[in-house]
Amino acid sequence: MNHMTEIVTRISGVNPRKCMKCGKCTAACPAYDEMDYHPHQFVDMVETGRLEELMNSRGIYMCLSCFACLERCPRSVEPAKLIEAVRLAVVRQQGRNHLKPEQIPALLDPDLPQQAITSAFRKYRK
Amino acid sequence: MQKIGVFVCWCGSNIAATVDVQAVSDALAREPGVVFSTNYQYMCSQAGQDMIQEKIRELGLTGVVVCSCSPRMHEATFRKACEKAGLNPYMVEIANIREQCSWIHKDKLSGTEKAVLLGKAAVAKVHLNTPLTAGESPVTKRALVIGGGIAGIQTALDIAEAGFPVDIVEKKPTIGGKMTQIDKTFPTLDCAACILTPKMVDAAQNENINILSYSEVEAVKGFVGNFTVTIRRKARFVDETKCTGCGLCTEKCPQKKVPNEFNLGLDTRRAIYIPFAQAVPKAAAIDPNYCTMLKTGKCGVCSKVCTVGAIDYQQKDELLEREYGAIVAATGFEPISMDKFDEFAYSQSPDVVTSLEFERLMNAAGPTGGTLLRPSDGTHPHTLVFVQCVGSRCDGGEKGKPYCSKICCMYTAKHAMLTREKYPDTEVYVFYIDVRTPGKNFDEFYRRAVEEYGVHYVKGMVGKVVPENGKLKVQASDLLGGQQLHIDADMVVLAAAVEPDKSARPLATMLTASMDTNDFFTEAHPKLRPVESPTAGVFLSGACQGPKDIPETVAQAGAAAAKVIGLLSKDRLTCNPCVARSDELMCNGCSACEKVCPYGAITYIDKEFRGPNRTTLLRRVAQVNPAVCQGCGACTVACPSGAMDLQGFSNAQIMAEVDAICK
Amino acid sequence: MQVNETFKPTVVAFCCNWCSYAGADLAGTNRLQYPADVKIIRIPCSCRLNPLFILRAFQRGADGVILCGCHPGDCHYTTGNYYARRRMTLLFSMLDYLGIERERTRVEWVSAAEGAKFAETMNDFVETVTRLGENRRLEDLRCKSE
Repeated sequence: MNHMTEIVTRISGVNPRKCMKCGKCTAACPAYDEMDYHPHQFVDMVETGRLEELMNSRGIYMCLSCFACLERCPRSVEPAKLIEAVRLAVVRQQGRNHLKPEQIPALLDPDLPQQAITSAFRKYRK
Repeated sequence: MQKIGVFVCWCGSNIAATVDVQAVSDALAREPGVVFSTNYQYMCSQAGQDMIQEKIRELGLTGVVVCSCSPRMHEATFRKACEKAGLNPYMVEIANIREQCSWIHKDKLSGTEKAVLLGKAAVAKVHLNTPLTAGESPVTKRALVIGGGIAGIQTALDIAEAGFPVDIVEKKPTIGGKMTQIDKTFPTLDCAACILTPKMVDAAQNENINILSYSEVEAVKGFVGNFTVTIRRKARFVDETKCTGCGLCTEKCPQKKVPNEFNLGLDTRRAIYIPFAQAVPKAAAIDPNYCTMLKTGKCGVCSKVCTVGAIDYQQKDELLEREYGAIVAATGFEPISMDKFDEFAYSQSPDVVTSLEFERLMNAAGPTGGTLLRPSDGTHPHTLVFVQCVGSRCDGGEKGKPYCSKICCMYTAKHAMLTREKYPDTEVYVFYIDVRTPGKNFDEFYRRAVEEYGVHYVKGMVGKVVPENGKLKVQASDLLGGQQLHIDADMVVLAAAVEPDKSARPLATMLTASMDTNDFFTEAHPKLRPVESPTAGVFLSGACQGPKDIPETVAQAGAAAAKVIGLLSKDRLTCNPCVARSDELMCNGCSACEKVCPYGAITYIDKEFRGPNRTTLLRRVAQVNPAVCQGCGACTVACPSGAMDLQGFSNAQIMAEVDAICK
Repeated sequence: MQVNETFKPTVVAFCCNWCSYAGADLAGTNRLQYPADVKIIRIPCSCRLNPLFILRAFQRGADGVILCGCHPGDCHYTTGNYYARRRMTLLFSMLDYLGIERERTRVEWVSAAEGAKFAETMNDFVETVTRLGENRRLEDLRCKSE
């Protein structure tokens, strides 16, 4: 297990090896069309250590944290938690934020769901 | 003091090459209690055995130690030889100086030293051996089969064929089980009723088989060969012996709104009913929950129309007590409830059905007469979505089952194929995680569904189903295509996981048969004794042991029958005398042993003991049933007072061996 | 610590009748060498092993005791080795408390087909015990003969 995978699995408390690749998370995901990588791919990428790609992807910020995947997953893999952990891992890289806190108001879309805003704010709390 | 004879074997050069056999026999001759010690080229040969027998007779030996090969090899040989010479066979001990000494050591000095120690340990053990006699118990030559599905029927037929009487206890008013509800069977697509109903008739007509339908097992007592079972015959309010099954009452009954369980509630039946046309026994039963006469005392239509006077509103449950030598559990399975799977909208739309419901919708004797129609509006569906693994292979217990239900891949392929065959205008999608088709002609069958019938197999899962304007909006993932699919379906069919029948758990408690965490019966050995329960005399048939398809169920049913026949063909059972024994005077009645016994061999009784000053004392003490105990010894260690001991491997014997080795 | 070259430990191996004893037989049939210091006692199942037997062995001068049973899930009596596993875990913590080196006791699962594993295990165990030297902590010198 490489270093980043370990960090992400530790933050999330999720064991990506439990995934049996059924794709129910992806089937349940309401933000599917917005994402470059999809929930089942997140899990696979964490497991195989392709975290660099995942951390640089826009898809992780498209996740609404609606927890549909977590609710539906038959194996309790909980992809939503993994995504939150990946976001945190991005934040914790010192000086590597690709967004500045000042930019947030400009990006705010009134139609954006509340949870997404909360989720985004959490990213900048540290 | 025992008079022990020691016989050291050379085993040609197998032992003699690395162990100085003369030195061993000389050393052991000096052990206390040893009155004779010798060595010989081949102890297991006729001449060797003769020598042992001769010495037993000549010197009146009370114990024999043979230093030779592994006891797994020749213990039985030497025991038998000694028995012929009048010595109790359990007074013989083997010191393993071949496999565990001469063959693994090259140095003659250390080999000899070790052989002497092993011999000493065996001598020390024999000092504490007591003559054991194998107990015997009679066998009641009748079998009980619990559950009248295809597993139970097949087991009963096979046992009856061998000439033993069998009772089938079935909780429903008819035998037949789940297979009666199935339309076609994979992979041959022959109709289930055509192959099952003749077997049901065979069972009914076989004079060795007695069908106790609409009955349940209430209590089980006894042990292998000698079970006493109490069976509750539920009141069916119809005299089974008089009823001809003409069905007139089921047409005239005014209570029409009873959900028909045979069609899984997809249509209704009357309060007096015959479950289905080919029911065995073909006799009506009154459903007391719906019958107006039984509930309010006002009606009685059925008794008026019955020409043979079979209706009896006064009938009561009857308790029947019978003796059996063997019990077969064949309680079968049920599909799990879909309550916890709201994402598939099962409770919101009647067009979302389980596979078993779909089976009824396709069946010529089903609620639609075999025409596939949507339950909601009776129209012909054009797009069907099948979802596999609903509730199977789930982690985390509560929601689903951790195991693969095994049959779903095949019956889903069958449903998809039959749908496409009968209605070529339909589009059929099957969502799968893995397609598992390991069976004879199974994979060919699945490939045929894809290649010849054009069923769309999609790797992925359905995430949600939303009923909207008479359609079912299905959102699913296509993992290989890398897209999210949105399908407007007319019907969604859920391949629900199977679980053991609810009656299995209380039955297992009655039988003291063990179960796994999923409530499937555990087999005595997962590989070598797959149709026996660890509890002696209890056998397993069909899906109560694990998910199974029909061919496997029938095979297991036959295997269980063979085991039952093997048991019943014996007049008396000889028990292994190396079983646990409880010293009643030391037992403090704590039940620790009872809890660890995997066979339920230990029971507690209240026994009167003489106390001081002519008083009597009632104490709770453990009793081991030697016919049931298998001699593992788990109880001996659990016992805090040291009352429980294992004959043949007693605490004192093992300690003596330890002492001999460590000195 | 100086290792005594001539020290021959006394090692008691309790083997369940169905798997490990047969595994030991297989090791013999295949002529796989292991030290003669190992003496095997046959018990019907690993759950027959009363922890007291191990204490008794140490008391009488054993330097190491090993219990071999069927692999978890393969017990002839279905659940015996699970009982054994729990009991041994408790015993081990007690031996720790008494100051007996943890390496002097061991539980191994050896199936009837694992003759090689049996020999390897015994070689390794005897080596460990030899390195630890004589076990005196529990030994009851009154029991010593000669």
